[in-house]
Amino acid sequence: MENQNGILPVHSGKTSSSYGLQRRKMVKYMGASVALLAVGTACEKDDNNNDGVNLGSGDVGILNYAYALEQLEAAFYEKVVSSPYSGISALELEYMTDLRNHEVAHREFFKMAITAAAPTMIIPALEVDFSSINFTSRDSVLGAAKAFEDLGVTAYNGAGQLISTSGNGPTYLALAGKIVSVEARHAALIADLISNGSFAATTDANGLDMARTPAQVLAIADTYIVTKINASNLPS
Amino acid sequence: MNLQNIISEIEKVDPEVHNRFSSRRNAMKMFAGLTGKIALAASPLVLSSMFNKAYGQTPAEVNAVLNFALTLEYLEAEFYTNIVGSPGFLTASAAAQAALTKIRDDENKHVAFLKTVLGGAAVAKPTFDFTGGKGSGTGPFAGYLASYPVQLAMAQTFEDTGVRAYKGQAPNLQSNKTVLTAALNIHSVEARHASHIRQMRRALGVAVPVSEMPLKPWITLNYSGIEYAPAQSNINLSYAGEEVATQAGVNIMGLGGAFNTAKAASEAFDEPLSMAQILTIVNPFIV
Repeated sequence: MENQNGILPVHSGKTSSSYGLQRRKMVKYMGASVALLAVGTACEKDDNNNDGVNLGSGDVGILNYAYALEQLEAAFYEKVVSSPYSGISALELEYMTDLRNHEVAHREFFKMAITAAAPTMIIPALEVDFSSINFTSRDSVLGAAKAFEDLGVTAYNGAGQLISTSGNGPTYLALAGKIVSVEARHAALIADLISNGSFAATTDANGLDMARTPAQVLAIADTYIVTKINASNLPS
Repeated sequence: MNLQNIISEIEKVDPEVHNRFSSRRNAMKMFAGLTGKIALAASPLVLSSMFNKAYGQTPAEVNAVLNFALTLEYLEAEFYTNIVGSPGFLTASAAAQAALTKIRDDENKHVAFLKTVLGGAAVAKPTFDFTGGKGSGTGPFAGYLASYPVQLAMAQTFEDTGVRAYKGQAPNLQSNKTVLTAALNIHSVEARHASHIRQMRRALGVAVPVSEMPLKPWITLNYSGIEYAPAQSNINLSYAGEEVATQAGVNIMGLGGAFNTAKAASEAFDEPLSMAQILTIVNPFIV
């Protein structure tokens, strides 16, 4: 199949962007099969990455993934509220406290929900590393908050399609939807605190937010998490 | 070329692949029937045709959801287009004017995006009556162009309602991952808009429900912070159900500490609305 690129023009005749997007998916699938052909046989699964906390597979893996991110956010705001930055205003402290409350609620919700659904598969408490953040500095704290909130939005946006369509999948997708819009409300608020009016500065040319894959998200979150996270079994 | 291996490999990225092809046997038959003795490697077109059948179709339900979303985006886009430059708008600060203009632009982009995705299946833009008078032009919001606070109250309701609308439809888009992700990527932008509009209203001194607490970027209980008697019952529909404190059987109140009150628990999770509920809310604005 050396002329694999010859596949693409077949689709390029369709002009709608939905086809354009489908085509991208097509490339992904073709990539999978072409890679296979290159070695001539089914590859052995790469098992070189089994250390650290394993998020697991399927929908529970996605729940653990969300739980990991919520742990990070909650720990961050707990620290912000317990030792606010210099010169914090009453309004900003009110907002930081609300954010702490919401993120702790998310974290504890996932802990209980995963424990109920798959008690043996829940990941433990993660060890965080906020040494790169200066908690006495407004700029540093708000900059980190913006990074966490925008990361959370893109993570949930990207995880939606990884959730199964059967069993509890649709319920989990609905729950993720309930949380992601709150994260987006946070993200907008933090952006506005940094620079008023930048609430939706992250949107692309179509007015859309971004979505990130778990691998992309965890690579960014890695700076703040000591615990090694193995996401290799997550749905993709 | 080992067909079995291809299917297995695809299965790694899409566990549902067999369902899409009805069954593995059907997939094999499909290949066999289509290709005969032609080496598959030489027939990328055949292979792509098969994948196109499995993935390329947009089911009627997905189109219906996208047209529902497009209708809401038409409404938002035209609303902001109308208010930008209006007498009420011109009384606002430069920052407020810039924010409303930015939101107008985002909503117009959403309209254009959804129309592109839907192609020939896109519904036409309805005629709107932003007075909420169903075409009479004399509805409860008849003075909206002259009043910046009324414009913001309407904007907040439209944005919060839009968030609930997309959220309610996400499970109906699971059959098409690309469309689902795009819808989620719009959903979070609507939430960003809502957050900012709420901050703008707070800056005007708006409190909820009357003077109990300031309005926040997130939704506390089912409080709208909007006291507007002529349309109150309809506004309340946009916030009905936001007060829930139990998620998937887990009571959020008190989780992690006493600070998670009923108010915080309701703020931490936004709630969906069904298509029928949303259409009831926007009905007075669509002629």
